[in-house]
Amino acid sequence: MSTLNMDAVGALPNPSLPPRRTRKSFVQLLFGDLVSACLTVAVGALLLSMVPVLNWAVFDAIWTTNDPAACSQGGACWAFIVAKFRFIIFGTYPPDEQWRPLLVMGIILAMILGSLSPRLWGARLIYLWVFAVVVMLVLMAGGVFGLEPVSTSKWGGLPITLLLALLSLGLGFPFAIFLALGRRSNLPIARMLSVLTIELVRGLPLVGLLFVASILLPLLLPAGWSIDKLGRTLAALTIFAAAYLAEVIRGGLQGVPSGQVEAAKALGIPGWKAVAHIVLPQALQKVIPPLTNTAIVMVKNTSLVLIVGVFDMLSASRVAATDPMWPAPFVESYVFVALIYFVICFGISHYARWLESRVQARSYR
Amino acid sequence: MISALLDNRRFRSWGGQILLLGGFAALLAWLVTNTVSNLNARGIRVGFDFLWRQANFPISESVLPYNPSDTFFWAYVTGVGNTITISLLAIILSTALGLAVGLARRSKHPLISGVAGVFVTTMRNMPLIVHLLFWYAIATTSLPAPRMAYHPLPGVFLSLRGFYIPSLDLDGAALAYVALLLAALVLLVMFHRKIIALVRPDTDHPILILVAVFAAVALVLALIIRPSGAISVPAIKGFNFAGGLRLSPEFAALMLGLVIYTSAFIGEIIRGGIDAVAAGQWEAGRAIGLSECHTLTRIIIPQALRIIIPPMTSQYLSTVKNTTLALAVGYPELGLVVGTVINQTGQAIESIALLLAIFLTISIAVSLLMNWYNARVALVDAR
Repeated sequence: MSTLNMDAVGALPNPSLPPRRTRKSFVQLLFGDLVSACLTVAVGALLLSMVPVLNWAVFDAIWTTNDPAACSQGGACWAFIVAKFRFIIFGTYPPDEQWRPLLVMGIILAMILGSLSPRLWGARLIYLWVFAVVVMLVLMAGGVFGLEPVSTSKWGGLPITLLLALLSLGLGFPFAIFLALGRRSNLPIARMLSVLTIELVRGLPLVGLLFVASILLPLLLPAGWSIDKLGRTLAALTIFAAAYLAEVIRGGLQGVPSGQVEAAKALGIPGWKAVAHIVLPQALQKVIPPLTNTAIVMVKNTSLVLIVGVFDMLSASRVAATDPMWPAPFVESYVFVALIYFVICFGISHYARWLESRVQARSYR
Repeated sequence: MISALLDNRRFRSWGGQILLLGGFAALLAWLVTNTVSNLNARGIRVGFDFLWRQANFPISESVLPYNPSDTFFWAYVTGVGNTITISLLAIILSTALGLAVGLARRSKHPLISGVAGVFVTTMRNMPLIVHLLFWYAIATTSLPAPRMAYHPLPGVFLSLRGFYIPSLDLDGAALAYVALLLAALVLLVMFHRKIIALVRPDTDHPILILVAVFAAVALVLALIIRPSGAISVPAIKGFNFAGGLRLSPEFAALMLGLVIYTSAFIGEIIRGGIDAVAAGQWEAGRAIGLSECHTLTRIIIPQALRIIIPPMTSQYLSTVKNTTLALAVGYPELGLVVGTVINQTGQAIESIALLLAIFLTISIAVSLLMNWYNARVALVDAR
């Protein structure tokens, strides 16, 4: 009698447990029913249609040759990238001095690796970055410590891309904080000016701003002042970055509970000190993931400087492909440049994800 | 006395603001005086008179009719027309592709979600201008001459001279017919409840009723208007194609790059919106006996839309702004026209001011429209 009872109980699912998950096998997922079988075949056909691309990129490709004529056979001409590697990476920087941009890129990489862990963040790191940027600019420009001077019109390639992204974000950040605070403040004139600036810049395409910087800026400044093309481009990128960063930071400011400011007031902390030491740190901590997003956007946006004739990596690759010795390998050049951008942006987004998981793990409040 | 004033909160904040405003005004005044003296030194006259002079430069392709004997003003209008056309096309196509990508990423099918995931990751992490230049390079260097054009689908030819696709040649009556049909469709959707109540209130298949009503309207209109049209298929004639619709390499590269790049972002927005609707909503829909389809259309999509619309607005706006990159591949949108006009006339200030004013107008118009729509969606299912 009792055994029968036990059997009956065993046959029923335990109501206190969630229903058992039915895990489908891989084959079942792919061909389980008519719809998924059709989808599998469709995706298979799509992947099969990529075979000629794969053939072009890998099997028919020419990887190493010194003879440009060997490259006109139909496969990808990666030998061209090998031959023009230095030009695409360094642009028209004098070949004998190219160790300098190389060192600059090394410094950037080392500094970024050194700043990855949030444990090291602090005022000291910011001073170190300022110092590093000064060192990098001195290295690129030369003229002191026996370094041969190199004018900015000869700077080019990947260091330009990295420096523009880094400097526009770094210089734009303080402006962004002021704009965001202004937009959130209850002083009408400050708020109006901030809203005007932010919305004006965000309403315009970056190409328009670059036009303004490259064509109008010389007209707007007094006759004696001259800023070179790189500086003007950097100005446009900085303003652009500031407006977008400001909106991100505003989101963080909105997320700080008003009780924090009230508590500061109750303790008698003056307004600006409360902002600098209580509101801003909390706001910035909240917006680190969207800030990395803005960083990715800015890295990608530096490629637009090609339109106003700054010689960044993309321009260098385009110029390299016009070499009449080679059979117009534009596609290969752009694929190579796209890969470099991909590595940078993908790296940043993965770092952001890691950072976010760390922040989540620590938010015990 | 002075220290008392400085301690006064009102005085301090207003004093600071007046200083701020004064500084801003001084900066503007400084820039204007610089500009005036620079312009005087270079002998440039500012003014919009040049708009009425003959433009004398060609625009390679345009939606609006244009020829070099038209005025600069008409050249700008042509540029704006092209910008609006490519913006609308890019937005519609990339929304369709983005929807497919977003749904594919949510699919349980491992191959589909995997392919969509790779697509999104690679396309989002490369600059748009690289996409455009890449497709332009493919369209202008890797494709064969017209005689040996690729022929992937019947009636579609890809060659160095451009892409050729079949086109629909419609006469005036047919265009009117299409317009009327669209109007009928809009009316049908707007008044679908009333129409169903009028025709058969007790039906189980309201969609079928609507389709039947629409078909009847279409038939009656066709009998009255008698539209006629023909499909024109491109065919090789001599060294080039005749018939069909030619898409220039610039246009094709621009569309491919813009649509692929934008759809990756839209796909993520749509996926995020659907994911953000709690799983409990699906379960609740099933529990009260709604069909899967009804749960999706009546429960999930209205809630997901509320999440999707704000980021979608900014995505559409940035797509409109991104069309200015077309000048990297030489498609004559507003940016390229402005660049050409500056080269021809030297009227940089006016030209750039026009460019900025037009984009600001578009941005503001789109955000107003989207805010209105957003408010509507929020109101419809306010709790």
